[in-house]
Amino acid sequence: MDSIDRALVNELQDGLPVCRRPFDAISTRLGISVTEVTDRIGKLLDDKLLSRFGPMFNAELLGGGLTLCAMQVPEADFERVTEQVNAFPEVAHNYAREHELNMWFVLATGQPERIAGVIAEIETATGCRVYDMPKRDEFYIGLKLPV
Amino acid sequence: MNAVLSPCPYQVDAIDRQIVVATQAGLPLVEQPWDAVAEQLGLDPDEVVDRVAAMQAHGIIRRIGAVPNHYALGYRANGMSVWNIPDELVGELGQRVGALDFVSHCYHRPRHLPLWPYNLFAMVHGRSRAEVDSRVKVIAEMLCGARRGYDVLYSTRILKKTGLRIQG
Repeated sequence: MDSIDRALVNELQDGLPVCRRPFDAISTRLGISVTEVTDRIGKLLDDKLLSRFGPMFNAELLGGGLTLCAMQVPEADFERVTEQVNAFPEVAHNYAREHELNMWFVLATGQPERIAGVIAEIETATGCRVYDMPKRDEFYIGLKLPV
Repeated sequence: MNAVLSPCPYQVDAIDRQIVVATQAGLPLVEQPWDAVAEQLGLDPDEVVDRVAAMQAHGIIRRIGAVPNHYALGYRANGMSVWNIPDELVGELGQRVGALDFVSHCYHRPRHLPLWPYNLFAMVHGRSRAEVDSRVKVIAEMLCGARRGYDVLYSTRILKKTGLRIQG
């Protein structure tokens, strides 16, 4: 990454305007052509320095269900339970964390009322209790990491 | 806080959903990306832009931008800091914590007593665990007096990361 890439990543974290030519302002600020802006974004994606570029959607406002779940999984069963949990297509992310509650995953369903059903199925499949922690309020989403 | 006009009177219709499905993997990297989306869907580009602007104004789209790969960019540590805050203060204090630059997601979530007494979650990023720890201390000082306890859960392994996918 050169200094222009770094400036570009910082700009892109702020977000683009919604208009027919959304790259024009960044192109002017960075002093490079629009084609160079889009080429550089493509390269940053190819090099996996960016994981995604585009609209960030709020899944709940689109009508889906979303929640964070935690489980206390015995170490000896951890691999088996990981496979069982990950096999559910509704499980979007799953992280091992250092705590008594050592497995944390995000469930996303097309219908909000499906969340309870999926949790019950995961409990039956794994034999572990699922602690459901749906958000009650959201204070901020997004992050600006200067690079 | 996100700039949302109102809780969400906007109802996403079938055409909005087509736009969501067409762009959730990413926006085309061309000079006029919404024109490319419009062409793919057989819509007028101005209509696509208007719909995207309306979805953003109502919080359905948070922003049009990039998600950096934190790890590749040198932010190798992330800790889920969790706080036990009196419920009547969680709204005000959650906003102050969420406004910190190094905090990504910040949510009020339910407790599960006695195992889980924490009701405020703030994801903290840093280049190292030491940096995350020092940033958690900043939050601890900010919440001094209000907090009854806290913990930081470091991730040790990503077990699955497919991202959210919305059906059309």
